[in-house]
Amino acid sequence: MKLTLLNAIIAVSIAIGFAALNAAYLVWAERRGAGRIQRRPGPNINGPLGLLQPPMDGIKLMAKQLIIPGGADKALFVAAPVLAMAPAIMSFVTIPFSDTIIAHDLNIGVLVLFAFASLGSISLLFAGWSSRNKYAVMSAMRAVSQAIAYEIPMLITVITVVLIVGSMSLTDIVLAQKGGIWNWYVFPFRSGLFNPLMMMSFLIFFICALAETNRAPFDLGEAESELVAGFHTEYGSMGFGLFFMGEYANIVIGACLTTILFLGGWDCPFGLYPGVWWFIIKIYLIIATIIWIRWTFPRTTIYGLLNLSWKILIPLSLFNLLLTAGLLKVF
Amino acid sequence: MSEPIRIQADETFVLNVGPQHPATHGVLRVKMEMDGEYIVTAETVIGYIHRMHEKMAELKTYPQYYMNLSRMDYLGALGYCHGHVLLVEKASGIEVPERAEYIRAITVELNRIASHLFWFGAFVMDLGGFSPLMYALQDREYILDILERITGSRLTYSYYRFGGLYNDVDEQFVESTRKFIPRMRKSLKKYHRLVTGNIIFRKRLEGNALLSRETCRKYGATSAVARGSGINYDVRKNEPYSVYPEFDFDIPVYSEGDSMARYKVRMEEMEQSLRIIEQGLDKLPEGPIMPKKPPKIIKPPVGDYYQAVETARGNFGIRLISDGTKNPYRLKLRSPTYSNMHLFDESCRGLLIMDALALMGSLDLVIPEIDR
Repeated sequence: MKLTLLNAIIAVSIAIGFAALNAAYLVWAERRGAGRIQRRPGPNINGPLGLLQPPMDGIKLMAKQLIIPGGADKALFVAAPVLAMAPAIMSFVTIPFSDTIIAHDLNIGVLVLFAFASLGSISLLFAGWSSRNKYAVMSAMRAVSQAIAYEIPMLITVITVVLIVGSMSLTDIVLAQKGGIWNWYVFPFRSGLFNPLMMMSFLIFFICALAETNRAPFDLGEAESELVAGFHTEYGSMGFGLFFMGEYANIVIGACLTTILFLGGWDCPFGLYPGVWWFIIKIYLIIATIIWIRWTFPRTTIYGLLNLSWKILIPLSLFNLLLTAGLLKVF
Repeated sequence: MSEPIRIQADETFVLNVGPQHPATHGVLRVKMEMDGEYIVTAETVIGYIHRMHEKMAELKTYPQYYMNLSRMDYLGALGYCHGHVLLVEKASGIEVPERAEYIRAITVELNRIASHLFWFGAFVMDLGGFSPLMYALQDREYILDILERITGSRLTYSYYRFGGLYNDVDEQFVESTRKFIPRMRKSLKKYHRLVTGNIIFRKRLEGNALLSRETCRKYGATSAVARGSGINYDVRKNEPYSVYPEFDFDIPVYSEGDSMARYKVRMEEMEQSLRIIEQGLDKLPEGPIMPKKPPKIIKPPVGDYYQAVETARGNFGIRLISDGTKNPYRLKLRSPTYSNMHLFDESCRGLLIMDALALMGSLDLVIPEIDR
């Protein structure tokens, strides 16, 4: 596709639309899912199955006054929610939904995605710091130490995949896994590469994605039974709304990445009709798993979380990287 | 966690947890001096919903004051009512029919299970798991429905009368309670599968927030807090009252003293309460529920009376000093959570805020009962 201004605008607006729609309706899906797990109906008043709940919530949040607490750092306080939402939306530009549906195929797609993803923790730091609230500051510190701890194993795992493919383009990574379920990187019996640790690598990536998006059981940043609401304690109105939507947009990104890197992207598990629908099915299955985990597990402690990353995940992922490099050299 | 605890007194800040905070489950305020995530000192500030229950006792007659008892602890109200009626009956020498006493024991135990179920849900919620609360509340709802049919109320029961009961139980009560017992045993198994074995849950509780026997004795802690620290004390066994000597049940005791021990004690107490209810229903005698001539005016003779009962939260003692009039001269309420809570100031030093709030959850605090 030739990159013209018109094309770019259309592509970006589709990406924004997809991100915003997902962010809004995942809130609904999460509440319905939580309801199902907890034997209650969840939102079911507004519209059929409560489907009008997200727009109603949006209108309510927008109608509210944005209160900036006295003593807060105004510029950062206002910038933080935007910074939480914007990179999440921009990340969608590089994601290939199928071999034709992609806003802009970058040859360094992986790098761009992680560059955007790392902005997320900065927005949490800004929010926590500028709120001038002790709970918010504590939460921001937790969120940043968590982000640093989990970005390392995540990136090492990604490097493993990049090493196998030999390209940083997300499309290339998917194309390398073409041809059925046994070719996906999640399985160790991939043709040409018998790495027994790929399954574990997938789990490491999934755990890191949970931690990076601040989801339970790693939701220490907004541990409401300790830190009230964490970094967004002082945010009301759409400031809170943007954080909330940013969180869900990040979950979609995490699910997309997991699908692309390990589950073969738009590839069909048994070689039939490869296309965008397989991609959509896979990401929503992953999102459903994430929601399921959140409503089942209690929260970890901050030290349990950091220990898991530094003492287990980083050594394991480093070992896997070495093993993969060795195997690539041998075969 | 075994990380070294380093406290530099000059780099601390004060964190005000409460009076409105999700972890305190009420209007309790804890002033914490923090060193990062570690607590240096903590000071509990109580009295935000002090309602002068003890002073009210001096101004009201005995039957009028009886209503106040179920307002103290809104989760396990029947236990407190039981204490008061036993005390007044003892003081004024009222004979209670056996059937009434059995029904009292059954309903108190049902209420204890309801209270423990709520605690279970709230405690897991403190640790970040939401769904068990909903499951626990559904089982609790069953108990509340049983009790509502019989007592006419869902929280503040005031079901007992001096000398007996307000209302006799019927076949439907017996039948639904019998149905409830296997259902609850099944649910308990489910809770153990869902929560007790969970690795995150166990890692957060085992070996954390240790309370020694000495600390428990020093502060007069009772209930699962003391029994989790190896103190085998339960008023139902140590100072038997009502018809409890007739029942065969065990007191679960764990000597670890960590939050997990307190959790296990409460979970096993529910099973023991089920046993008591089962035996109570089997032995339930026929007969009246009120004495033939219930006293019109209650005027206990001059004297000093004391009655302790084991409520869902621990040893609840009432001391009555009567001057022979229809109002008490002085009524002292020894509420169990008041003693249990004061452990917190000493025990949470050097703990992470997460573990300290897990400790607070394991104490099973009900704030109106602390403030009275």
